[in-house]
Amino acid sequence: MPDQSGPPDSVGILVPTGMLGGGFGPGTITRGISLGADVIAVDGGSTDSGPYYLGAGVAKTAEHAVRHDLRLLLAAASSARIPLIVGSCGTGGTDSGVNWIAGIVNAICVEDGLDLTVARIFSEQHAGQLISELERGRIHALPPSEALDAATLGRCTHIVAMMGHEPIEHALRAGANVVLAGRATDTAVSAAFALMRGMPPGPTWHAAKIIECGGQCTTNPASGGVFARIDHRGFTIEPLDPDSACTPTSVAAHMLYETVNPYTMREPGGTIEVASARYTAIDERTVRVEGSRFEPADQYTIKLEGAAVTGYETVSFTGIRDPQILRSIDVWAEFFDQTLTERVASVLELAADTWGADLRLYGYNAVLGELERQPARPAEIGVMLLVSAQDQQTATAISKLANPLLLHLPLPAMNYLPSFAFATSPAHIDRGATYEFVLNHVLDVDSPTGMFRLEMGPSHGF
Amino acid sequence: MASDTNDAPRTLGELALEVRSKNAGPFWMTLEAFMPDEETYRIADALITTELISELYHVAPASLQIFRIPDLHVVKVSFPRPVVQGSLHDRDMHAGQHHVPLANMIVPSPG
Repeated sequence: MPDQSGPPDSVGILVPTGMLGGGFGPGTITRGISLGADVIAVDGGSTDSGPYYLGAGVAKTAEHAVRHDLRLLLAAASSARIPLIVGSCGTGGTDSGVNWIAGIVNAICVEDGLDLTVARIFSEQHAGQLISELERGRIHALPPSEALDAATLGRCTHIVAMMGHEPIEHALRAGANVVLAGRATDTAVSAAFALMRGMPPGPTWHAAKIIECGGQCTTNPASGGVFARIDHRGFTIEPLDPDSACTPTSVAAHMLYETVNPYTMREPGGTIEVASARYTAIDERTVRVEGSRFEPADQYTIKLEGAAVTGYETVSFTGIRDPQILRSIDVWAEFFDQTLTERVASVLELAADTWGADLRLYGYNAVLGELERQPARPAEIGVMLLVSAQDQQTATAISKLANPLLLHLPLPAMNYLPSFAFATSPAHIDRGATYEFVLNHVLDVDSPTGMFRLEMGPSHGF
Repeated sequence: MASDTNDAPRTLGELALEVRSKNAGPFWMTLEAFMPDEETYRIADALITTELISELYHVAPASLQIFRIPDLHVVKVSFPRPVVQGSLHDRDMHAGQHHVPLANMIVPSPG
């Protein structure tokens, strides 16, 4: 650990990739260390790929890819004697995700002879405790969601709380070389070490937001890592790929990326305000940013994420090439929905509100659905039928009932049965449980660290 | 891409550097039109109104947020996701293809 006797003039942050497991070359790390990195920070999670990963508590990334990245990062952090911070471990940030990453870290440390102190910070929450907070009026909805009820909390398979920088700072102060955090704000992962070392919150939070997606803020978003140096008046940022560049436009435009509002962003302890930030080119690939502010909030709030099972699905796929059907594809699709609905009611005797189907005409209007204003006249169409029911057995049964329709359903006016092109045998695949994000709420808390459990140990010790 | 030939751009997408869409968290969607210069920014700025977005995306006007950023030649629009992410009827998990209705809008030629 570096000397912590007083605030340094600046803190250098190395973000090797926008997502752990995303991959980067060894040159990325060498360059970042040579620029004087004081910490390596990397995000390990996201909600962007949908609710399945939190709902099921499994990672989106491949173990081999994660191990590849971690091996390079652990070696670099160990030899440079700087901390490594991984946020939102295992995609959803569940306890299983933290333990999964910790197991990989442990194995690498044993194999490579590294002796590091590893902190695991768990962010998973029990519905029961949150229900009592709800009853005390401490949980509030974020737009566009409605007020929370206890039943919704009870339905969640996993609930995580998004930590700010404080639990990570707490682990670093306790001597962690490697911090493996459960669900954390993307920015907290990058901001924690700089805030601990006394850097001002405005530039630190703004820099953390800009670098958390890796190369996304550069002229070549596919190029990977970035390096930011935060000081007492602002920060500078440059890509770690020598062939890529940060420009005032590429950096400023990154505040647009996956944000609702490009000027303000709420963190647990306050709001990042960048409306008055000034972006200046220092050279052709480095940008200086000053004027960012952080407004502390009156009430510290922790955002909750939760996913619940919505049903069980089966997916079927067939292809239609017959020009006669394609000329009247809307008529065919309507006839399909009507015929399937009748067959489910008469054969399976299911109430209409206990199941659902989504017929998607890929090549025609599947992606945009009713928002499609200019459906093309296709040469062929991929027909996907997604069926949802309250259990897998029922979803499968409905799909089997739909099978002859996906094979032979004619247009209403046709006097023969066409046969369509199934892609596989069987034509259906059971998808298992499906999930939905059901929490978009914040909890008022008195302590930024109270909801998060810290466990520390040697890298060989768990 | 903006064209410097005699073929006048026809759609916002052709006039822009990029028109894109993406989730902004699981409950919101955001669209951005990146224009190459001030002149084309003014065209995008005039085109993109609450009424247009509400009609193209079937969203309530009151739920729309439009950010006009002349310094970056960008117009950004955010609104609650009309279909819940990952639900049975969500066909665009990352909302990455929802820029197309906006990009396909016919615009007047610059100049």
